[in-house]
Amino acid sequence: MTTFVFCSYILNYYFYYCGYFVTVIFLLVRFSRLTAMDNEMCSLKRQLEEKEKEIAALRSKLAARVEKASELKIQDKVTTLNPLTAKPSLSNEDIMRYSRQLLLPDLGVQGQLKLSQTSVLVVGCGGLGCPLAQYLAAAGIGRLGLLDYDEVELSNLHRQVLHGEENQGQAKALSAARSVIRLNSGVECIPYHLQLSPENALQLVQQYDIVADCSDNVPTRYLVNDACVLSGKPLVSASALRMEGQLTVYNYHGGPCYRCLYPVPPPPETVTNCSDGGVLGVVPGIMGCLQALEVLKIASGQGTACGQQLLLFDAQNARFRSIRLRPKQPSCVVCGEIPSVTRLVDYEAFCGSAATDKCRKLNLLSKDQRITVQDYKSIRDSTGPHILLDVRPLVEVEICSLPSSLNIPLSSLEEKKSKDIQLLQEKISQVKQQMAGDQQAPVYVVCKLGNDSQKAVQLLEKMSGEEVDGITVKDISGGLMAWAKMIDPSFPRY
Amino acid sequence: MAAPVSVHLEFGGGAELLFDGVKEHHVTLPSQPEPWGMRQLLVWIQRNLLKERPELFVQGDSVRPGILVLINDADWELMGELDYQLQDQDNVVFISTLHGG
Repeated sequence: MTTFVFCSYILNYYFYYCGYFVTVIFLLVRFSRLTAMDNEMCSLKRQLEEKEKEIAALRSKLAARVEKASELKIQDKVTTLNPLTAKPSLSNEDIMRYSRQLLLPDLGVQGQLKLSQTSVLVVGCGGLGCPLAQYLAAAGIGRLGLLDYDEVELSNLHRQVLHGEENQGQAKALSAARSVIRLNSGVECIPYHLQLSPENALQLVQQYDIVADCSDNVPTRYLVNDACVLSGKPLVSASALRMEGQLTVYNYHGGPCYRCLYPVPPPPETVTNCSDGGVLGVVPGIMGCLQALEVLKIASGQGTACGQQLLLFDAQNARFRSIRLRPKQPSCVVCGEIPSVTRLVDYEAFCGSAATDKCRKLNLLSKDQRITVQDYKSIRDSTGPHILLDVRPLVEVEICSLPSSLNIPLSSLEEKKSKDIQLLQEKISQVKQQMAGDQQAPVYVVCKLGNDSQKAVQLLEKMSGEEVDGITVKDISGGLMAWAKMIDPSFPRY
Repeated sequence: MAAPVSVHLEFGGGAELLFDGVKEHHVTLPSQPEPWGMRQLLVWIQRNLLKERPELFVQGDSVRPGILVLINDADWELMGELDYQLQDQDNVVFISTLHGG
């Protein structure tokens, strides 16, 4: 009995103390947890403060960038620029940003500093100018003059990669400058929304160290060349069409100029532009990048190997070819021994073509040999028997065509391909059968813009009485693009 | 008599469009009393390869302005232009200058 009482007494105390210990341990654990949380809170607060500082820094950077982008003032005339200020050294940010190219012994810190003190004039912000400006800005060039008279169109976007859908209708120079600033706000960008002319070219070119010809027409190429020779600037020149590209550096260290190679401009009818011949966007992209490469090498003091060399790129066969060129020509009219071109001249007159890549409007026919798209619409509506002869190449007919048109490309007509002539004759006799009496079958010739159609009318008239007979031929003025604009807005434009 | 000469002709930059879009032509110029020069080659091309619109390729007795001629990867100006005498297996390229951008 006594043992029992003793045991229960012990147990009682045991449980009492256990409860006490549990509470103490519980409180201790809780306290240590609170301390840990406190510590965590402190560390989080510190982190928060750091992040807030970072955000503030980023905000001010963004604000500076927005301010810089909004500072971009589009220039409609040439103004005098302040000289670029020489940087004594690279900032930490510069070092981080350009670190991967600073590691190149070919460039190094000295090369990078030279880039930052170089100004480059980009003539044309299209398929060549966009990638060129992009890589020059990314590499840290000091100043970029971006010149283009044109506005962004939907058909530019496949190759002119600095412009976006939202930039349609904007000046290309401004659109390109904004993209460049977004990429590198440290680059000074000057957008020129103007046409380079004999009046403004010298003043402009003189203010830059290197000129890149990214233009799209012959008169501008001669103008840029002469301006560079007269002001002693190296000219990094590229061009592209269809699946091919060409690159040369002119007027560099005693090398030839553009006129040394091409003293006489090509006949205007032999020049094809991108809107006629087409171009795969990546081809000018590659050529623009190569141009950027040569500019960077010249700017950083490495020099170029393209001074008396033509680099040909054949995209179809994935082949590059380097051609050794003639030296500077003593007889050259602008850079030769006795130059006759000592100031800029009228380059449109010299080349016999306009300084744009827009299509020329030919006028080969008299007024009574042409009808308007409105006239042709009423002919179609009246369902009178006639032939609509579409003379565009097959590749364009596949893009779009008017129903019931007969396609014989102009080149086939020129060659008088027997299969095509036979097709035309069959069609003529079909139409004649639908007509009363011995009337002539009306043939309306159409193409994209109304130039080739005029040539076709002249050809068919020459063939009259021989290969084809009993027809009256007229062309549809303005072609299918006029049809799309005036008659059927749902007809595709290209 | 000069022996026949085999030459490799190439057309590019759009000049191939005057030759049915064919860029490369391996041709053998027949045996003739005079040695084959660039002047005679241009006449031969005009008669044998060029089917239409010769004015887009030649002007007078030379190529039209805007076409660059390369002989064995060098500007023909360095080689004597029209007076260059063709050697067997020479590579002659006619490149139309591009202006697009």
